[in-house]
Amino acid sequence: MLRRLSLLAAALAISTTLHAEPVTGGRANVVIQPEPPSLMVGLVQNGPTQMVAGNIYEGLLRYDTDLEPMPQLAKSWEISEDGMTYTFHLHENVKWHDGEPFTAADVVFSADVFLRETHPRLRTSLEHVEEISAPDDHTVVFKLKQPFGPFIGIFEVGTMPMIPKHIYEGTDFANNPANNTPIGTGPFKFAEWEKGSHILLTKNEDYYEEGKPYLDEIYWHVIPDAASRAVAYETGVVDMLPGGSIENFDVQRIAEMDNTCITDKGWEYFGPHSWMWLNNREGPTSDVRFRKAVMYAMDREFARDALWNGLGKIANSPVSSSTRFHTDDVTEYAYDPDKARELLQEMGYDGTPVRLLPLPYGETWQRWAEAVKQNLDEVGIEVEIVATDVAGWNQKLAEWDYDIAFTYLYQYGDPALGVARTYVSSNIAKGSQWNNVEGYVNEDVDALFDQAAVAVTSEERQELYTKVQQILTDEVPVAWLLELGFPTIYRCNVKDLVTTAIGVNDGFKDAYIEK
Amino acid sequence: MSDFWKRFSRNRGAVIGVVILAVVVLVAVLAPVLFPQSPWRMVQRPFLPPLSMDQYPLGTDALGRDVLAGLAYGAQVSLLIGVVSTAAALLVGIPIGALAGYFGGVADDVLMRFTEFFQTVPSFALAIVLVAIFEPNIQSIIAAIAIVSWPPVARLVRGEVLSLRSREYVEAAILSGQTSATIIWRQVLPNTLSPIIVLASLMVATAILLESSLSFLGLGDPNLMSWGYMIGAARTVIRQAWWLSFFPGVAILLTVLALNLIGEGLNDALNPSLARRGR
Repeated sequence: MLRRLSLLAAALAISTTLHAEPVTGGRANVVIQPEPPSLMVGLVQNGPTQMVAGNIYEGLLRYDTDLEPMPQLAKSWEISEDGMTYTFHLHENVKWHDGEPFTAADVVFSADVFLRETHPRLRTSLEHVEEISAPDDHTVVFKLKQPFGPFIGIFEVGTMPMIPKHIYEGTDFANNPANNTPIGTGPFKFAEWEKGSHILLTKNEDYYEEGKPYLDEIYWHVIPDAASRAVAYETGVVDMLPGGSIENFDVQRIAEMDNTCITDKGWEYFGPHSWMWLNNREGPTSDVRFRKAVMYAMDREFARDALWNGLGKIANSPVSSSTRFHTDDVTEYAYDPDKARELLQEMGYDGTPVRLLPLPYGETWQRWAEAVKQNLDEVGIEVEIVATDVAGWNQKLAEWDYDIAFTYLYQYGDPALGVARTYVSSNIAKGSQWNNVEGYVNEDVDALFDQAAVAVTSEERQELYTKVQQILTDEVPVAWLLELGFPTIYRCNVKDLVTTAIGVNDGFKDAYIEK
Repeated sequence: MSDFWKRFSRNRGAVIGVVILAVVVLVAVLAPVLFPQSPWRMVQRPFLPPLSMDQYPLGTDALGRDVLAGLAYGAQVSLLIGVVSTAAALLVGIPIGALAGYFGGVADDVLMRFTEFFQTVPSFALAIVLVAIFEPNIQSIIAAIAIVSWPPVARLVRGEVLSLRSREYVEAAILSGQTSATIIWRQVLPNTLSPIIVLASLMVATAILLESSLSFLGLGDPNLMSWGYMIGAARTVIRQAWWLSFFPGVAILLTVLALNLIGEGLNDALNPSLARRGR
C-alpha cells in the first residue's frame, strides 16, 4: 500500500511538468456524474450543473489555485480604499452565443435581478450591496453598505454567472423555454443533450480571447454506474474523469495506467471539508471532554491513506488550508487513544451508546464510518451505526435526531461564506442540514465571525479568524476529519485542464490535446 | 430413533451436510474464543492477500480487518437470522394453515386469500421494501424474512391437515367430544410434523440467502459482520482483492448446500415410503 501510495504521489508530481505550444482541435471525452438536472447555472447550482455549465457561462472573474482573482469577462477592476466600491471594466467585444453583444446592462440584470431571485447563496452576499450600476456599456460598479471582506471572491461562474438580459428580462425565469438551450458568453456553446446518454458542447468560434478555446468539442458522457465509468476510461471511451466520478478504491488502479495523470488541484475554491457533526445539545456529545476524546480517538491518517488513496489533508482547523485566513496556530489533535481514554474517565463516561450516521454517498463513506466506529470502540465509546438513505440522512440531521453524523461541506474560498454558517448561533434552525446543525453556541465566536466579515484589511481579518479558529479547535463543536482530495484523472496528453480553483468547471477554456 | 438415523445415513449427501453444518455451528459458537477481538478491528495493512501472513491466513479487507474473523462472526449472524426468522415464519404459518385446513369453508377461503396476497408479491422485493421502511437492523431483517417466508408453510400445513381431517381417528376424536383446539393440537398437528421439519430446514437455507442478499445491497444491520455484508463491501474492489468476496461466497454456498442436503436426508428418513431408490 505504501509503495503504491508513493507511486501515486510521484504521479501527482509529474502532472505539473512544463508544456509546449497549445494545439488546436480535438474532442474532449469527459464523464459527468450524476447527470445534471439542468444546465441553466443561474437556476441550478449543483455539482454536475456547474461542471458542464461553467464552460458555457462565464463570471466576471476566475480564480487561480491560490484563490487570487484573474480576469474573465472583466479585463480589469479596482477596489476603493475604504473597501466599499468595486469597479469592473468589461471586455468590449464580447458576444452572447446568439450573437447579441454582452454589456454592463447584462451584468446589472444578472446580479441585481435574476440571481437575487434564484441564487440563495449569492443572495446572502448581495445583502451587503447598496447599489449595482452601469455608468457606461463596459463599466459596472458595485457599491456596498459596509466593507465585506469576501466580496472579491464571489464573481466565479458558479456563484455569479452572467445571464443574458435580452432573453430573460420580464419572463418567468424558472419556466423560460430558453433554459433548455443555454446561451452564455463562454468558450463553448451548447449543441445537444440526449438525456441518459450525453451532452455535447461545441467551440465558440467568436470567443473574445484570441485563439481560444483550443478544443473543437466537449462530449460529456452520462454513465450511471461507477464501475462502468472506470471501465470507460480503461477502454478509451473517455479521457477525463473529474473528481468523484469513480470509487476511491479504483483510483489506484486507474492512476497506474500508461499515459494517465492525476491531480487533486482544482477544488481550492470549494475547499471540501469533512467532519462529523457532534450533537452539542444532549447526550455524551454535549460534554466537551467527550468531543475531544472523539478527536483523539480517530486515526485520521489511516482513513486518508486507506480510503482516500492518501489524497487530501488532515483537517486541523474549521477553516480549510485552501481557504483564505487558515491558520496552523491551533490546538492539534493527533491520534492518541490513551489521551481519549483519560478524557472519558475524567468526565465519567458511563458507556451510554451513541448513534453514528454515515454519509450515504457510497462505499468509501460507509467504510469510513466503520473505521471511526472501531476507533471509538477501542477507547471505550459504545457506537451504534444507523443505516439511512440520503433522504433519511437529510431528515435526521435537519431534525437534530443524531449523536454523531458524517458530512462534508464546501467553503467557497472565504470563512465568511463557507465556515461561519456552521458555527454562529444565529444560524441554528431546524429544517436544514447546512446550518449550525450541531447546536453550538458561543457569543465570542459569533462576535468574532461578525467582525471578521466586515473588517476592511486582510491583516485585521486574519487576526480575528485566527482567534476564532483557536477557540473552535479548543471547544470542538464538530469533529473535523479531512480536507478532502478529489482526484481529477486524465490522459497525460491533455494539457492545462486544471488551472483554476474550480478545476474542470471552467477548465476547458485553456485545455488542449497534444497529438 | 436408531431407525431414523439408519435411514438418514443411507443418504450420503445428507451426512456430508450434517458434517458441514456442524463445522459451521462450531465455528459460530467458538468465534469469540477463536477471535477474542472484534471482527471490525483493523489489525493489519489493508488488502493483505491470503496466505501472506500466518496470523491472517485469509488476508485482510479494505480497512485491514481479518477476513477469517469476519467469516467466523458472520456464521453467527447467518445462523441466528436463519433459525430465528424460520421459527417466526413457522409460528405464523402453522396456525394459519391448520385453521384453514381444519375448519374449511369460509375460514379456509379468508385465510388462503390472505396467504395468496403475500404470495403474489415477489418475496425478495417485499423483503427489500420492508427493511427499507423500518431501519435496517437485525430485528427488522428477521421480521422481513419471516413475513415473506410464512405463506408456503401455511399452504403446506393446510394441505396436510385437509387430508388428515377426514381420517377415522380424527372423526373418533370429534365423536368423543374433544374440542377443536385439542384435536388440532393433539391429533392432527403431530402428524404433519415431518413435512414441516423438511420444509423448515430448507427455509433456514433460504433465510440465510435472503439475509446475504439484503446485506449485499447494503440493507444489512450495519453493526453486524455478516457474509452478505462482506461480499457487498468487496464488490467494488473485486478486481484488486478477489479473496474478499470469494471466501464469504464459499461460506454461504457450503452452508446453504449443507442445509439443502440435510433437508433431503430428512425427507428420505421421515417419509420412508417416498424415499427414492438407487442411492
